[in-house]
Amino acid sequence: MKPLTLLFEALGRRAIAVFEEVGRFFYVLHSAFLWTFRKPFDFREWVRQMVRVGVDSLPVVGLTALFTGMVLALQTYRGFARFHAEGFVASVVSLSLTRELAPVLAALMIAGRIGSSFAAELGTMRVTEQIDALYAMAVEPIQYLVVPRVGASTIMLPFLVAFADGVGVLGGYMVAVGLMGANPVVYWEKTFQYLDLNDVFSGLIKAAVFGLILAVTGCTKGFFTSGGAEGVGRSTTAAVVMASLVILLSDFFLTKILF
Amino acid sequence: MQQEGPSRSKTPKIAVMDLWKSFAGKKVLQGVNLEVWPGESLVIVGGSGAGKSVLLKHLIGLIQPDQGHVIVDGEDLACAEPERCLAIRRKFGMAFQEGALFDSMNVFENIAFPLRRHTKLSEEAIAARVRECLSLVHLSGIENKMPAELSGGMRRRVGFARAIALQPEILLFDEPNTGLDPITAAAIDRVIVEMRDKLPVTMVTITHDMQSAFRIADRIAMLRDGRILAAAPPEVFRQLPDPYIQSFLAGQPVEEDVA
Repeated sequence: MKPLTLLFEALGRRAIAVFEEVGRFFYVLHSAFLWTFRKPFDFREWVRQMVRVGVDSLPVVGLTALFTGMVLALQTYRGFARFHAEGFVASVVSLSLTRELAPVLAALMIAGRIGSSFAAELGTMRVTEQIDALYAMAVEPIQYLVVPRVGASTIMLPFLVAFADGVGVLGGYMVAVGLMGANPVVYWEKTFQYLDLNDVFSGLIKAAVFGLILAVTGCTKGFFTSGGAEGVGRSTTAAVVMASLVILLSDFFLTKILF
Repeated sequence: MQQEGPSRSKTPKIAVMDLWKSFAGKKVLQGVNLEVWPGESLVIVGGSGAGKSVLLKHLIGLIQPDQGHVIVDGEDLACAEPERCLAIRRKFGMAFQEGALFDSMNVFENIAFPLRRHTKLSEEAIAARVRECLSLVHLSGIENKMPAELSGGMRRRVGFARAIALQPEILLFDEPNTGLDPITAAAIDRVIVEMRDKLPVTMVTITHDMQSAFRIADRIAMLRDGRILAAAPPEVFRQLPDPYIQSFLAGQPVEEDVA
């Protein structure tokens, strides 16, 4: 009886913790949405965050996409060569990049780069009472801190993914044509032959959703930080892990809905 | 409860009515009743863990009570409209324990922040106001320093300057000289007294330092076990027969605690 009670207690505590987490996420999402349409509109802060999320992430996303495209071409070339279908390498590379790999990998990289920094930044502001100070100055912390970050991330992720699409296809081309000796004209043709505009768009929609998820997760974790420097560390780690998991889970359902 | 105020005829600036608050089952406030009269400097003293900080944060709505009300100028803080809440909060200036300066901004930008956010002042007018606030706390000429470059006492005084930038009607001080050496602490007290005498504000300070309380208070309230034990002008407060207050004044352990 006793161990069983303990088990249920432990399970109950976990369940409550999970519900709390989900509740906080939607609380932040909801209030960020509401405060987006209230004055004042903080133009400078939006631009600052957009540069940070978008422009500053170009190298990371570019490198990720380049090598993903390269390795994808390498692998599929080897595989497809076994049944003499090398001609389809280009189509596979472009389709898998735009529909799946570029959005997911870019989002995971940005979750590590940006989601974590949102959590660390807001977490530090929380434990040093800077968020309370904003509140005391009659500035709504959600509006000043969360809205520009979530907005910038949601807007910039599609652009980053579009960039990643291009760089990834280029990487595939380099390997297939340069290394494996594919015909450049045929490769280029095959890249676009089966590629629909819808493939690209669905990838970009995914990117926007992922951007929203990783920013809200990072901000939520930071906003509800407690326990000093250690708490900030915990929030930062949790932000990346949670955002990555939610991105991967939602990816499946988004794919199911979008195609 | 003993309460002797200097101006009983007026309506209170802030009225705290039967405030209850507990955190994770621990009762922190257990029915606090307190009035803050317009223009007075009220100091709330009490031991560590008596709930001083929690009470102060209730006054501005940083913490919501489990039960009871905080009335500011006749308006309940637990109001529904977010805009109305912001308007009430604009009456307040709050100085945080460690200053809570925005560490991404220099001193000038910190003090200019509430001005830029809430007024349409020109840049020259803002600069003039920032200089004025800094000279009030005896810190002229440090506009370009970053918070990290300042000493603890200076950070707090910059926090004061930021709190008074918008000419608030009510100033809240959260442990203004905790953790400072006696000389710096006395200097902080002097700044607070000067602000009390020069500005048309109502001030509420929490501290556990009796020396400092006697320096800055028009009226002292003692918080113990989540209730107001007594509130009286300093000279009366000194004479109160309550054994706990006498022990607190003398800096001696309370008999019942020792046993």
